[in-house]
Amino acid sequence: MRAGRFSIGVGYGGQGRCNLEPMTNGGELSGPAIISEIKRSGIEFILSVPDMTTSKGLLWPISRDPELKLVRACKEGETVGIGAGLSYCNRRALLLFQNTGLLDSINALRAVAVEYKLPICMMVGLLSKEPGVPPTQSNYYGVRIVEPILDAMGIHHECLETDDDLPLIKPMVDRCYSTPEPVALLIGQPVAWPDEVASI
Amino acid sequence: MMTRKEAMATLLTHARDEIIVAVYSMAFELVAQRPDHPLNYTSVGAMGLASSHGLGIALGRPDRKVIVFDGDGSLLMNLGTLVTIASVAPLNFYHFLSENRTYDVNGGHTVPGGETADFAGLAAAAGYRGAHAFSDKDEFAANLGGILAGPGPVFTSLRIVPRDQTKEAPTPADYPQLYTAKARALFRATVGGGD
Repeated sequence: MRAGRFSIGVGYGGQGRCNLEPMTNGGELSGPAIISEIKRSGIEFILSVPDMTTSKGLLWPISRDPELKLVRACKEGETVGIGAGLSYCNRRALLLFQNTGLLDSINALRAVAVEYKLPICMMVGLLSKEPGVPPTQSNYYGVRIVEPILDAMGIHHECLETDDDLPLIKPMVDRCYSTPEPVALLIGQPVAWPDEVASI
Repeated sequence: MMTRKEAMATLLTHARDEIIVAVYSMAFELVAQRPDHPLNYTSVGAMGLASSHGLGIALGRPDRKVIVFDGDGSLLMNLGTLVTIASVAPLNFYHFLSENRTYDVNGGHTVPGGETADFAGLAAAAGYRGAHAFSDKDEFAANLGGILAGPGPVFTSLRIVPRDQTKEAPTPADYPQLYTAKARALFRATVGGGD
């Protein structure tokens, strides 16, 4: 089979960070730690469509957190416009949705984030990605294509696979708003939340 | 019905210094009638997103009224925005619709539902605080002050005469005012600067 320039079949060798370093296996992604980093990054608004990967560990707790303003959108592309509007007012927002929502929002990101060079900061749950497996080597087509698409669009991205990666969050948010440019933080496994806290 | 020019002129009699987000033909009309204004916002980028940009601005600047002048074809690309906006319910958000029932800049084709959809009804059902529809320019002019004086989110659909594509030239598009980085920087400096 003839491969195109951006082959998205098995063995794609993209330039995403997740392919550059060995993945740490066995660690978890902690919701409280991620939310702490989000706040430390100056994020005020969370613009979201629910995602299975981040629902329990991020979106539910964020929905109860008085320090973060949650806007629930009907479709992910809306959040690109809302985030753009907020950015003109010097208010920081994080777009929180699933990789399927990223794929659905490509034209909005192309125009508003990339061509207009606006600070659109995304946190993207990779639905069904296998923990410890680089996204480009996932068994799921919808996961494998995410990094090659971001690379093609010139959108800088990092993978959050375990808590070891959480120090990446604030520098990425700061880069997004200081350059300004869109960035994506890819969530590589379901985010955990301590049950005793989640039940509050 | 009223013309696009009349609709914008009427709006500007009550909104000379408000933030106005406008798309396509209404954006052309806005910059023609309110040129070089720092609170013109027309770089919505992707069709359908005007009201989403407007919602973000309304949340970021709750002290300022935000007027969105949408198109019917544009709104149809992002109908869920009505529910999102109604759910957030910003008091400073005023959503106007240029309902000419055609894709004016894309050949004048009819929008889906052009003869059947009730846009004000959709907004009301989504949960907007108020929803109005006007065909008559004078009636619109008589009610506009009250609409803008009350709390948002309010939706107002205006029945606009579709342009005869075989006889009428479109409103000239002033691209440097509409879509350049310089225009966006001016808007950012004004809105983000806390004026």
